[in-house]
Amino acid sequence: MSRGPRIAVAVFPGTWSERDFAHVGALLGWEVRLVWHTETDLGSADAVVLPGGFAHGDHLRTGAIARFSPVMRAVTEFAAEGGPVLGSCNGFQILCEAGILPGVLLRNDHLAFRCDWQALRVESAAGTWLEELAAGDVLRLPISHGQGRYYADAATLDELERSGRVVMRYADEAGRVSDEANPNGSLRSIAGIVNERGNVLGMMPHPERASEAEVGGTDGLRLFRSLERWLTAQPAVAERGL
Amino acid sequence: MRWLAEVHVRLRPGIADPEGQTIAGGLRSLGFDSVGEVRAGKLLRLSFEAADREAAEGAVSSMCRQLLANPVMETADWELRADEEPPDEEEA
Repeated sequence: MSRGPRIAVAVFPGTWSERDFAHVGALLGWEVRLVWHTETDLGSADAVVLPGGFAHGDHLRTGAIARFSPVMRAVTEFAAEGGPVLGSCNGFQILCEAGILPGVLLRNDHLAFRCDWQALRVESAAGTWLEELAAGDVLRLPISHGQGRYYADAATLDELERSGRVVMRYADEAGRVSDEANPNGSLRSIAGIVNERGNVLGMMPHPERASEAEVGGTDGLRLFRSLERWLTAQPAVAERGL
Repeated sequence: MRWLAEVHVRLRPGIADPEGQTIAGGLRSLGFDSVGEVRAGKLLRLSFEAADREAAEGAVSSMCRQLLANPVMETADWELRADEEPPDEEEA
């Protein structure tokens, strides 16, 4: 690679995970640019990240106001053109509110904010962010949310499952999915989904907080390595000098 | 003229409402044994300008659809009335 991937990280008032993404991006040799929510241009980004936090204070509903931030027009276009987009935690909530991904994230069934390490079973390695993974893999990533209970109507859930778009579920360390291993009451233990094309991934866990051995785990790196692998295989991206 | 809308945003029936369940538990622990289901929601009071009632209804409907409620999980209904001017100092 003659240069590292260019990653635009959107920052809303109340976002809190953008510097963790920037830190991990620097470790990986990425060119990370923080993009304030009023900006309308993502530059020549190869991928876009919507990080965790509490955009606009989570007022009304999580992601409800962020969805109308000017930067989201650019993100919506970028996603529609097939550009890789990762929404983690609040980013997932914003993607759902924006209608880029189906469903919604509701208050945790036990009403408490849950901050912990969580095991996840990879259900399907569909899409840009999961190429280095395989169905059945177990990841260990931090979760940190009060509103992560995934909900969609039964028809939508069935369609997501049928098309392999439920990419990860909450599980125990052995990869067993159960109500006990579900930290927030998500329907069908859903922790992450992708769009039809596979370029947009929404997930409640935080891969950027598990990308260095020093912080207790490196499973998050597997998603970022997947992105690098996918980008390297794109002629259009290669032309721009990756 | 000015209008006042009181918009009620409710979780759709069938969606688990842990906040409502917790409130119900609190009421029962106070001795209100007959309390059954409690559903929590939001009340939004909006004051705004519109030419007439039809325009005001249309505006509230549009606000609900575009922002105030997420149809995946919520419904919205509202009461609309003319927003009366505050009384003059002399009259009060």
